[in-house]
Amino acid sequence: MHPKDTKIQELENKAKQIRRLIVQMLAKAGSGHPGGSLSSTDLIAALYFSVLRYKSSDPHWAERDRFHMSKGHCCPLWYAALAEAGYFPKDQLMTLRQLGSVLQGHPDRRVPGVEVASGSLGQGLSVALGMSLAAKVDKKDYRVYVLLGDGEIQEGNIWEAAMAAAHYKCDNICALLDYNGFQIDGRTCDIMNLEPITAKWQAFGWHTIDIDGHNMQEILSAYEEAAKTKLKPTIIIAHTVKGKGVSFMENVCDFHGRAPNKEELEKALKELE
Amino acid sequence: MAEAFYQRDVYGQTLVELGKLNKDIIVLDADLSTSTRTGIFAKAFPERFFNFGVAEQNMMASAAGLASCGKTVFASTFAIFATGRAWDQVRNTVCYNNFNIKIVATHAGISVGPDGSSHQAVEDIALMRVIPNMNIIVPCDGPQTREAIIAAANTNGPFYVRLGRPKVPTIENKGEFKLGKAQILSEGTDVTIIACGIMVLEAVIAAGNLLKKGIKARVINMHTIRPLDKETILKAAKETGGIIVCEEHTVVGGLASSVDEVVAENHPTKVLRVGIKNRFGQSGDPAELLKEYNLSAGDIEKVALNCIGGACR
Repeated sequence: MHPKDTKIQELENKAKQIRRLIVQMLAKAGSGHPGGSLSSTDLIAALYFSVLRYKSSDPHWAERDRFHMSKGHCCPLWYAALAEAGYFPKDQLMTLRQLGSVLQGHPDRRVPGVEVASGSLGQGLSVALGMSLAAKVDKKDYRVYVLLGDGEIQEGNIWEAAMAAAHYKCDNICALLDYNGFQIDGRTCDIMNLEPITAKWQAFGWHTIDIDGHNMQEILSAYEEAAKTKLKPTIIIAHTVKGKGVSFMENVCDFHGRAPNKEELEKALKELE
Repeated sequence: MAEAFYQRDVYGQTLVELGKLNKDIIVLDADLSTSTRTGIFAKAFPERFFNFGVAEQNMMASAAGLASCGKTVFASTFAIFATGRAWDQVRNTVCYNNFNIKIVATHAGISVGPDGSSHQAVEDIALMRVIPNMNIIVPCDGPQTREAIIAAANTNGPFYVRLGRPKVPTIENKGEFKLGKAQILSEGTDVTIIACGIMVLEAVIAAGNLLKKGIKARVINMHTIRPLDKETILKAAKETGGIIVCEEHTVVGGLASSVDEVVAENHPTKVLRVGIKNRFGQSGDPAELLKEYNLSAGDIEKVALNCIGGACR
């Protein structure tokens, strides 16, 4: 096998393993958000296992790249990726959403690897901007990655941050847009149309890369292109499928915010073997 | 007459003083750096100042990103925008994370004057006081503004520091400034007057007039609203004939409510409130507005006389 293919195979396996953890955690918790967690999994698996610079044994290592999950409701994905990366033991994942657990229903800084809490939508691009400006002040070369939801970018705060990141030429920012086309109340095109989405970000001064958000090769190439882009922030507009990997969750609005029951879990795990 | 200063001038100068000592101090503003005087810092340390334009929500959430990288962040704009426009950012992203972010807001209260209601924050203390982790200081004059800013910079966690627009005379002989420890400006047992911000001066004038009538008022400068000096409040509740609370703020949720909560739980005492009662602000000169909203020294004196005359029994 070609070495590149091996790497892609490994990342695809990682993504599958993370998807398994996501449905297991959610089934155990009895509530939470599978749809958007599963649609962003390939982006985040590639990020944590091929792109991001970090030391899971030293979460505060000064030279680390930053990642922030602006769409905090997809934290099962983040927690699973962090556990896979060695930030904390995997068995802790099954405490999701339980009283006293650091694995809150939305991200909390007590979780090793979580830099800033999130949950109230629309603020994470600003958080990334702040991290980017800190790197400029400190003359550090770390990069800042931030995951945005598509429904989330209906928040005005996102566009304030988009304007400012371009103004300050934050080329160390790489935003990831999980464009799965669904939000709680239905399809984004019906609830609040986002199109023309690529033109909007370009008009705000961003470098845009449209990809199939489930194609590992395209994901890796996009991260490379973003890292080479100078004087502009980059957004990877990842066209994805909500609930990706579990057939009965795919493009089903109900699974935005409903956990699988026992039967559904078994079915999902079978599909993710 | 004592010397008078703009609190925001003192703020800008103190930022420069702190910026020289600490390279991790970063200052943010939202297109009001001339008015808030963060522009003084911007001139001294341009690489550590970021203007966010007219976008307060972005400024507050970005402050969190900077703070997560070890920065002590001062974020300034007018009080109405800092606390109202960006409340969710302040709650969820500044305070929930317990970040080292110091929101220093200017142009608080009706003393903003001619700009009128849209620019007069009269509910900002209430908005900030309900959020866990938030510390609140309302300095009464120029020198105390410097002390408040230094205390905020040197104490971990989020702060809200409330400053006014007009020039304010310095209150003499306040003693040492300690975060969370009220200053007793005059002793007395007939009645207690607790005040913050520009109302401290009005309280001091009222107490002087009362003294001429043989009434000794204990005047307390409650510069720190959180953490609150409960001990000094309870001592006054026990030792004096009643409490009057004066604030350039709605009587709901601010200093008066803070005092009410302490005495109601520990030592039920009559508390009379001098503040804005269920009204928005309006255009006018600051002095005219203080009279219109019954916040002048004369109004405090009247309430004190009522208290002693039976209202506090």
